[in-house]
Amino acid sequence: MSLALASTVGPSAYWYLTRSTGTMALILLTLSVVLGVIDVGRYTTARMPRFVVDGMHRSVSLLAVVFLVLHIVTAALDSFASIPLIDAIVPFVGSYRPLWLGLGAASLDLMLAVVITSLARRRLGYRSWRAVHWLAYASWPLALLHTLGTGSDVKAGWMIAISGGCLAAVLFAVIVRAAAGWPGQVRLRTTALGLAVFFSGGVALWLPSGPLGAGWAQRSGTPSSLLHHTTKRSRG
Amino acid sequence: MSVSAPPTGLPRLLAGVSGTGALSLARHLEIHGPLPAVERRRAHSALALVNELERSGLRGRGGAAFPAATKVSAVAAARGRAIVVANGCEGEPMSLKDRLLLERVPHLVLDGALVAAHAVEATDVLIAVDESATRAVDAIERAVRERPELGRGGSRVQLATVPSGYVTGQESAVLSFLGGGPAKPMAMSAPIYRCGLKGRPTLVSNVETLAHMALIGRHGGNWFRTLGAHGAPGSTLVTVGGAVAHPGVFEIETGTEVASLVQAAGGATGELQAFLLGGYAGTWVPADVGWQLALSPEGLHEAGAALGAGVVFALPSSACAVSEIAFVARWLSGQSAGQCGPCVYGLDAVATGLDQVRAGAAGEGALGRITRWASLAGGRGACAHPDGAASFIISATHVFAAELADHARRGPCARCAQRHVLPTPAAPARRAA
Amino acid sequence: MSRLHINWIACEAHGMCAELLPERITLDDWGYPIIDGRPIPAELEAHARRAAEACPTFALALEKARRR
Repeated sequence: MSLALASTVGPSAYWYLTRSTGTMALILLTLSVVLGVIDVGRYTTARMPRFVVDGMHRSVSLLAVVFLVLHIVTAALDSFASIPLIDAIVPFVGSYRPLWLGLGAASLDLMLAVVITSLARRRLGYRSWRAVHWLAYASWPLALLHTLGTGSDVKAGWMIAISGGCLAAVLFAVIVRAAAGWPGQVRLRTTALGLAVFFSGGVALWLPSGPLGAGWAQRSGTPSSLLHHTTKRSRG
Repeated sequence: MSVSAPPTGLPRLLAGVSGTGALSLARHLEIHGPLPAVERRRAHSALALVNELERSGLRGRGGAAFPAATKVSAVAAARGRAIVVANGCEGEPMSLKDRLLLERVPHLVLDGALVAAHAVEATDVLIAVDESATRAVDAIERAVRERPELGRGGSRVQLATVPSGYVTGQESAVLSFLGGGPAKPMAMSAPIYRCGLKGRPTLVSNVETLAHMALIGRHGGNWFRTLGAHGAPGSTLVTVGGAVAHPGVFEIETGTEVASLVQAAGGATGELQAFLLGGYAGTWVPADVGWQLALSPEGLHEAGAALGAGVVFALPSSACAVSEIAFVARWLSGQSAGQCGPCVYGLDAVATGLDQVRAGAAGEGALGRITRWASLAGGRGACAHPDGAASFIISATHVFAAELADHARRGPCARCAQRHVLPTPAAPARRAA
Repeated sequence: MSRLHINWIACEAHGMCAELLPERITLDDWGYPIIDGRPIPAELEAHARRAAEACPTFALALEKARRR
């Protein structure tokens, strides 16, 4: 599909591609967090030895990054919202839903730090690599908030189900991770659990009046020039 | 090379030591004579020194008994400005010899460090002492002040105090601490003689080894060999403890029999059941075997033992060996630096197992498990602590097999509640003179 | 001929090495590796290298035998 065609006739392929790759990236990131917790938790069966879990964690993470890159590129190529590439890396500077898009950029920044340090881990040494890797836990909630805030499909039942499923999976993973090694470092673990539960509850409470509520497109910062389009193009 | 008459026989290191207090510089020079002046062509005289060390056959007195000349040559051959570290951090609770040398003949130790520094062309000398050994620290400080020429000769001499502990005196632990890190053994990617403190070639030598070097530097390697056993000649300091009338540090020629040593210590104060040779990283031998053992590497090798840190401990028959062993095993487990899994978990399991045996609460095959855990811990750590503990435990299971089986069947004996004779100091250690 | 070398301070008993080189590595009661100290023959070299690379803490290394 050419760019010109896409801009004149309804939603372009890029718009669909950016939504689908974005959703896939969220699912893969969720899977990566779950696998990461299984990996460090050393859960193993005869059929799933540790080196397999470890390998899967790395592969799924890299695949998530691939989908993320596609998500960003297709978003930039799509002419509807004219989101420049820079908005993907520098948070909150854009004109399209700056806060919610910016959360995605912040999430990407953290993920890039994790990926780059992981690729260079031999040079860095174990301790430095490990310290940066903790940022992965911070990048996930940012990705979810970005999905709910900018996602055009968020009102659709299937999207709510996917988001809810991912949230439940990560919440479960964090609980398992915090519980392993209890009661060592009680304060740290309790804080982590508290944050996770607070975040999950907060999202659940916010959704009805937020992205699922009326007029979200306007409230979230969609430029007014695009607003009259949204009723036709998306349900956000 | 000899400027003053070389001593014949004993004492050598402990010559002139009497009463309390350190030998002054004047007295030290009176007894031993001055150190030969450093020749102008440094490299040549450094090589000459190494040759004398080689000829002497001196082995390290810190426990590993490594040939001193080999170590010194390796450091001398390495690239970079070398450092000499005199290790006086005597972590072994039963050993008092290093402390004694530092307190009474600090100038001999300083001379030795200077000889070593000259042999490896070191620009820095550090004297590492246990921070709780206040008398030793004072003595070295005073001795350094008495010799203002130290530092002018090309080697700077400094005192460094190191935290007390069993493993803190280990070679790499001392270097780790001196380098600003914790006093815990390090996993060395390159050998210390090539890359030690601050990445420089480092010679870490026990203070007794250096004291011998101070005399070899004056009287030569051949003189050193005039005493002692052929394979590992010279004199050596041994701390005698336990059920003897006058426990303390004695200077003997290598190859002396345990019986003579105990006699020198005033004889046994009662019937003995066993000897512990080498300290807590050493080996138990039954008393009847121990009496005739010659204190030299060959003499002890047949009994599967070694002199280690120069410790001979006489365990009286009145003590409960099982209770003693169990208590020390728990202490050894607690002394682990906590860095390596096999040591942390292995020694803990051994200590728990032995305590269960002592209390009669151990299951079937407990001793087999204990021996297996102990032997598995050896060789699987960053330092030799688990190896030493394994030697201590496994030799105990042989020597005290009957007592252990007895306790396993019937539980604690009447002597279990007695005060322990084997020392297990809480850090920081407080030691008697 | 290469030999396996372990940095015992770095080792955290993840156990991947034993999964990837069972011919030379077994685990003790607490999950720490017991290494068979014999040199690694050519046919196991690739597996040994993979085991060393899989170690998350870089505790396992494959070293070429050096002449001292």
